[in-house]
Amino acid sequence: MSRRAPLLERMTGHLLHALDHARLSDDLTARGGFLQALDPRVKLGGLLGLAVTVTAVHRLTALAGLFLAAVLLALASRLPVGRALGPLWLGILIFSGAIALPAPLLTPGDVVAHLPLTGWPITAQGLRSAAFLIGRAETAATFTTLLILTTPWPHVLKAMRALGVPVVVVAIFGMTHRYIFLFLQAAAQMFEARRSRMVGRLTPREGRRLAVATAGALLGRAIETGNEVHLAMISRGYRGEPRLMQDFPTRPRDWAALAGAGSLAALALFGGA
Amino acid sequence: MVGFAPPVFQMADVHYAYHGIPALTGLTLAIPRGQRVALLGANGSGKSTLLRLLDGLYFAQSGRVAAFGQMLTEAALQDEDTAIAFRRRVGLVFQNPDVQLFNPTVLDEVAFGPLQMGWPRDEVMTRVARALEEFGLTALKDRPPHRLSGGEKKRVALASVLVLEPEALLLDEPTAALDPKSASDMVDFLIRCQGTGRTVITATHDLDIVADIADLCVVMKAGRVVAQGAPRAILNDAALMTDAHLAHTHLHIHHGHMHHSHHHLHSDTEDPPG
Repeated sequence: MSRRAPLLERMTGHLLHALDHARLSDDLTARGGFLQALDPRVKLGGLLGLAVTVTAVHRLTALAGLFLAAVLLALASRLPVGRALGPLWLGILIFSGAIALPAPLLTPGDVVAHLPLTGWPITAQGLRSAAFLIGRAETAATFTTLLILTTPWPHVLKAMRALGVPVVVVAIFGMTHRYIFLFLQAAAQMFEARRSRMVGRLTPREGRRLAVATAGALLGRAIETGNEVHLAMISRGYRGEPRLMQDFPTRPRDWAALAGAGSLAALALFGGA
Repeated sequence: MVGFAPPVFQMADVHYAYHGIPALTGLTLAIPRGQRVALLGANGSGKSTLLRLLDGLYFAQSGRVAAFGQMLTEAALQDEDTAIAFRRRVGLVFQNPDVQLFNPTVLDEVAFGPLQMGWPRDEVMTRVARALEEFGLTALKDRPPHRLSGGEKKRVALASVLVLEPEALLLDEPTAALDPKSASDMVDFLIRCQGTGRTVITATHDLDIVADIADLCVVMKAGRVVAQGAPRAILNDAALMTDAHLAHTHLHIHHGHMHHSHHHLHSDTEDPPG
């Protein structure tokens, strides 16, 4: 979507893109791949464990190894790496890159080059620090995204419950996910309806006012829906403590995968030390 | 009054208002056990509010509401055993399935009610499997509700209530916003409820289906009952239907002359609570 497109078109486009992306995620979880076949509890524990390991490694080679492992896992799980992970990597590179940018210039250490024009020194320690920041962010986000792209959200929730996350937290996550789609659709329809009745372009001030008014209308609808949902829950016996189903068979390959994740984390942390 | 069974619900001089805006204004009604009842009324006549009172979600601000011979009050439903027993016996299918389908998957949705009842896991699974099969949802059991069509959502909503096998089933505009096939399936279900012993109360202003789905019609207007009787007698009372805003005269041009003597019955449309 062009940056110069009218505000309403941009907002509608963003909302529809978010819905499309969610549908892509749903479709990817149904593909027959390595991670899709594992017990969700193993995936939740293993992938989040690796994401935490990423933040603790102190060698760039270990970090690169973990990143490579994440990409191999994505390929083994039949994920379209460029389409599913490319936008994630680019977004993180931009944000973490912006944060890491001053590090090569401000960190004291061995000077390896000078910035053209200004002549400011670039240090090896600073480059290493920036590489760690960007590498850790990219790799940890990749492991977390692998979990989301290969596991139906309901299974992620049940796995969280199985691993001891309180039932109320899990129920809130579940409903939030459920109703995000409803409100994304509602918001997209509201913008489309407004566009269908508009002639000409909005000024930036009018655009902002419209966005605020739409957000207010959506909030009102969200509160009303929330009340209705609560009544629907009470109607079926809810009394403040939701009870959920959870049934995951754990097979030998799940234990093998968990052991593999543990070994990889140990190798990254302590290998070559 | 049609039928001789003892009433499953009794209401006497019931008033209810939303922030001062009256929704029920002195409603008195008895619902016989085992009957299929159609609540007819225009938008804002109080049908949805009445269903919520019968389901123990709202409580009368004055007047009396009784279910199964017991007073239905907020205090009574504070008791856990009473609440569970009541929720087991009365089920409400909301007009908008999106507010009723709050679980991550169809299976979880149908299992929600039985799990809240505290039933053993095997019994829950048996009942859920039966309900999914009955409504043709087995193949959809792992799907998230937001990926379903309107007709499928309605079937899930119905299955999620009927899995508890309630004695009284309340339906709020069950054919609203459904395509013709899904609406026809819903009507077929309501036809099959005849003679099962279950009390079925359907709020609707889709008058085309009333003769098929009801043994008794209750006509509401401005928060009170204005008439009740057999479907044929009610539907043929043009003056009553017009007065209740369920039928109207409509202008036509025939051979260059304008007429307005034809009665038209309202058809199915969205109806907000009220």
